Amino acid sequence: MRMSKSKDALIRVENVSKTFGKETDKALELRRSGKGKDEVESETKTTVAILDASFEVKQGETFVLIGLSGSGKSTLLRCLNGLIPPTEGMVYLENDDIAHMGKKQLQQIRRNKMGMVFQNVGLLPNRTVLENITFGLEINGVPAHLRNKKGRDALELVGLNGQAYKRIHELSGGMQQRVGLARALASNQEILLMDEPFSALDPLIRREMQKLFLDIQDEIHKTVIFVTHDLDEALTLGQRAAVMKDGEIVQIGTAEDILSHPATEYVKRLVQDVDYSKIRQAKSAMSTVDLFALEHESPQVVLRRMKAKKLSSILVVNDSQMLIGAVPLERVAEFVEFHKPNLTGIKLENSMCVHPDVALREVIPLFVNRHLPVAVVNEQNRLIGQIDKDSLIASLTEQIDVDSETVNEMLQKEVLQK
Amino acid sequence: MNMAVAGIPRIPLDDWSNSFIDYLTESFSVVFDVINTMISSVIDSLEWLLMLPPPLVMLVLIVGLSWWLTNWKIAAFTAFGLFLIMNLGLWQASMLTLSLVLAATIISLLFGIPLGILAHRFDRVKAIVIPLLDIMQTMPAFVYLIPAVILFGLGNVTALIATFIFAMPPAVRLTLLGLQQVPQTTLEAAEAFGATEWQKLFKVQLPLAFPMIMSGVNQVIMLSLSMVVISSMVGAGGLGAEVLRSISLLDVGLGFIGGISVVIIAIILDRLTNFSAQKKANIS
Repeated sequence: MRMSKSKDALIRVENVSKTFGKETDKALELRRSGKGKDEVESETKTTVAILDASFEVKQGETFVLIGLSGSGKSTLLRCLNGLIPPTEGMVYLENDDIAHMGKKQLQQIRRNKMGMVFQNVGLLPNRTVLENITFGLEINGVPAHLRNKKGRDALELVGLNGQAYKRIHELSGGMQQRVGLARALASNQEILLMDEPFSALDPLIRREMQKLFLDIQDEIHKTVIFVTHDLDEALTLGQRAAVMKDGEIVQIGTAEDILSHPATEYVKRLVQDVDYSKIRQAKSAMSTVDLFALEHESPQVVLRRMKAKKLSSILVVNDSQMLIGAVPLERVAEFVEFHKPNLTGIKLENSMCVHPDVALREVIPLFVNRHLPVAVVNEQNRLIGQIDKDSLIASLTEQIDVDSETVNEMLQKEVLQK
Repeated sequence: MNMAVAGIPRIPLDDWSNSFIDYLTESFSVVFDVINTMISSVIDSLEWLLMLPPPLVMLVLIVGLSWWLTNWKIAAFTAFGLFLIMNLGLWQASMLTLSLVLAATIISLLFGIPLGILAHRFDRVKAIVIPLLDIMQTMPAFVYLIPAVILFGLGNVTALIATFIFAMPPAVRLTLLGLQQVPQTTLEAAEAFGATEWQKLFKVQLPLAFPMIMSGVNQVIMLSLSMVVISSMVGAGGLGAEVLRSISLLDVGLGFIGGISVVIIAIILDRLTNFSAQKKANIS
């Protein structure tokens, strides 16, 4: 896998491999020569859990490792904090190589730099919620009054106020995972490793926890490495993701990348039944705005265009291509009657508009009881495209690939022509 | 029977044992004297402590303790049982037996729990300790009573060592079992938060294994009590001596009251240790 070394990477994983078994070298060699994982396993009795994995995680990013069970994603995650030392390769945290670090140093890193959340939480049943949350701080020798304060803050963050003195067995699975999350947050480490934290929860609670996680992440901006087998979850939570298969990373990219350009047949199959409305952004359903009115255009010209295309309303753009609103047919007709030279001063209505990066899920409701296209504007409120019903449906159901750059170019050309 | 089987001469295991014990007594008599003094001081001070308050005060103390640790039902039984022992005139013998049992228990736990921890940690220790425990529990008590008498003489110390050999194994076994049952994920979580080996042991493993260790304590006490009569044969005093005397006198009544006193003490100790272990276990 080709890697560009960037300086702002907080964690850098370079060619990490991990084997379980005795014939390490032979197994790795066979695996590299293209033999399958199972084949190598039966031949050498050695499992190659990870093969030459490389990736980088930037500060403040949520990076997702995704793959089916047995793909090595949890093992790879454990290589990051040394719970499982890699057989080969380097794991850099800033400039320290975690893969070749002493026990003491590793303990310090786990205490101060990396928290972890587990699928089966791993709480202590003999302790209260608060005592569990402050466990990391206790290990680190933080005095009781201080760690209780920090514990309470973390408790509030995950929405468990008032549960501090409950016993673990009094809590539901979802609540226990909140405690697990709070335990990782209480130590306030920079990096959070999350090993399928929500996978064991039922779907409704999982959704709730994902939302909680996003809310918290919005507030505290940790660097997160998140392991999951659920593609929807990966694409909802992560900015970038690495898809793993049989210990290898087969693709790294943003959600859009992975969906629109699946690198292998495997990824293609993996992304097949994704809920596109959640991941696809507005720009993927966007088409060029073929029908809009410039503010300085003559009302007559606009009216004719609208009639020709049977539009009941049209988007209005000012000279600097900023969307200023929509105008219904009657009002344009009025302006024609009054012999106005252009549309300046016409009473505008709020047009439905979205930014290109909103999820399609949020665009769908805008079409309820309306037939007009929805405008897509950038941050400067400049009109860059539109979404109509047809293109929306198309992008929800098929794998299309719309490049927003070209859309923009075409739009500009069109504007200039007029 | 002394004929050589299949050409192999008889292995003189008995002679070896004899010369081994002779060697021990000759070369390490100082060591055994020190052990002797240490153990007897433990027993003596426990006995002194138990006999310090007048019997009635002691009775109230024990009943109070059982009420505090368990519930009123067990406390009521304790009061009734101890009163019966006092009434039968076996108080002093009972206290001596109790001090022997407690001393044996303390020493067993002192060795057993760390050994259990070591056996859990190091597979090699486990490989040696487990068969050793099997031998300790299955070897007939009289076999090691004889060398113990040679090494330590007749009396409480020999009795205690015999009791220790018979009663210690559950302390090791149940500590080991308790530690093995600590979920791997919980340990991994502790490790992920930077816990050292000692922190893992004291903050995770031992607390989670505690209920199991407590049932080990309970078993140690019960097994110690079951050795009371046998240990009286090597000169231990207390209720065992009473029972032994009843056997030689063929006095059924004396034997019965001695026996019932052992049973009463057994039930009290069992309920006390079991209940507190359960109370702790209920939390988890």
